[in-house]
Amino acid sequence: MRFAYDTSYRESRRLLRFASDRAAYALLAVLLAAAPFVLPVFYVGELTYLFIFALASLGLMVLTGYTGQVSLGHAAFLAIGAYAEALLLNAGWPLPASLAAAAALSGAAGLAIGMPAIRVSGLYLAMVTLAFAILLEHAVGHWSSLTGGFTGMAVPEPRLAGVSLGTPTGFYFLCLALLAAVLLALVNLMRGHLGRAFVGVRDSEAAAWGLGIRVPLVKVQAFVLSAAITGLAGALLAHQTKYLTPDGFGMMLSMQLVLAVVIGGLGSLRGAILGAILIGLLPSFISHLKPFLPDRIAKQFGLEIFVFGAVLVGFVLFEPLGLNGRWQKLRAFFETFPLYRRDTFRRGKAYMRSERYK
Amino acid sequence: MSFLEVRDLALAFGGVRALDGVGFSVERGQVFAIIGPNGAGKTTVLNVVTRVFAPASGQVLLEGVDLVRMPRHAIAGAGVARTFQNIELFEGATVLDNLLLGRHRFDHGGLLSQMVQGRRARACEDASRERVEALIDFLDLAPHRNQRVAGLPYGVRKIVELGRALATEPRLLLLDEPASGLNPEETRDLAFWIDDIRHDLGVTVVMIEHDMSLVSEVADRVLAMNLGRALAEGTPAEVQSHPDVVAAYLGG
Repeated sequence: MRFAYDTSYRESRRLLRFASDRAAYALLAVLLAAAPFVLPVFYVGELTYLFIFALASLGLMVLTGYTGQVSLGHAAFLAIGAYAEALLLNAGWPLPASLAAAAALSGAAGLAIGMPAIRVSGLYLAMVTLAFAILLEHAVGHWSSLTGGFTGMAVPEPRLAGVSLGTPTGFYFLCLALLAAVLLALVNLMRGHLGRAFVGVRDSEAAAWGLGIRVPLVKVQAFVLSAAITGLAGALLAHQTKYLTPDGFGMMLSMQLVLAVVIGGLGSLRGAILGAILIGLLPSFISHLKPFLPDRIAKQFGLEIFVFGAVLVGFVLFEPLGLNGRWQKLRAFFETFPLYRRDTFRRGKAYMRSERYK
Repeated sequence: MSFLEVRDLALAFGGVRALDGVGFSVERGQVFAIIGPNGAGKTTVLNVVTRVFAPASGQVLLEGVDLVRMPRHAIAGAGVARTFQNIELFEGATVLDNLLLGRHRFDHGGLLSQMVQGRRARACEDASRERVEALIDFLDLAPHRNQRVAGLPYGVRKIVELGRALATEPRLLLLDEPASGLNPEETRDLAFWIDDIRHDLGVTVVMIEHDMSLVSEVADRVLAMNLGRALAEGTPAEVQSHPDVVAAYLGG
């Protein structure tokens, strides 16, 4: 058993509080640092893709998991970030500036779509974002002079201070560093003033207003932050794919992001990462599995979508708190070892809830 | 001029006159209770004071400042906090985070400072925590500090909501049926807390309550309402025996 014994207010806010946490994260850091030197190139690329996907998933988690605003069109922000990165590099911008500008541009798009979109909520918001993504996909496809249209455009190699980051190892570390930086910044934001305001808006708008929270402003902030992070992921994705076409940013990508945050566990950054790992690995796992399946199943069109759907249904039925919930239960089991109670995580029923004011 | 003056509030939803010229005044440091049968417009008064609804006419003067002219999010900054009839807590957050959210209106350092946990953000967070811990002591919430609200019993939730309202450091506290759903023992505790809130924290309290034993114990003045109108105002004993009030409750 382990007891958290606080001797100051700051102690309970420390990030890696226990020796075992520090050891675990140090081990993870060592493994991630060593991975590109020991793994075959193919797996380095896969890991890099997971980092990028996790970054995008963190972006959506801020909006959907923390603020409760569903977006079914987050691939649009990936597209904006990706095309901005390619165009800015072609225009001769240095890599750090182009990455920052791609994130900023995507954030601005988040502001533009967020301001009208926060007037609606729930299902209607989901439809607005979905429509935005579909419109953007077509706009990118038809604006050939800028984006190369459906034939696509090549992405210049990422270079930093004369050194190429286009090698698998170099790009791996670029993505890892950006993911770690964004994750740390989000951890800090979400356990503080802004993150609490997000959760407040998600759980009760009436109470949030009453505490002096400007609900529409907070929603727009969440939209901008989310879009900027996803845009940064899009910029990295451009280098990962090296060639951009509009159909690379379709519905399926948006859905994968939504799946990642729901399966990861809404309202937790760890969930965003875990969900991204699961959903990011699923397609290649399925293709590895195909040789062992009977032909009639393996060659079936839409097998991937079917598996995605099945995984989602499984989680909704058996673990609504997602991978993060499962993680917390495991942790609690070991931390409180002989005294673990299943009911710790049982949700109390809310008998009365008023929906009268918003 | 009184501490809080509500003048001639009128508000209609379609053909229903929810408020029809309600007015009352509350002195600083008083506990003022509003009673009345269901649908009398009691909660609507609180909703107008906290700017959930805009009244068709009337004024709400808090020390001479008209709250009706303020935007909704500025009400907390003006020193008005409230609880809700059906508990509006942030279910997915811990008790501590719920109380810390009550500190939202105070400074928390810039966004960048929060992002890197700079000195300023941490100092602000510590200050918030210190005030919140004082409230946790005051309301005996220590055993629940790190629990999620979603798993807490009803009585504790009511107290958490009271604590969250107090965390905004209000001058005026509006309680919407604070004792509903509480058992007699919890109601006794509540009576003591309301007394302490008034005397130790110096907060003026306006509460809607059906439990007449609680009202007679803590309230200095009582306003009885029915169908959007004020029926009677006075001490708890006066109002309880007022013929119009008796008629409104018992019919006739």
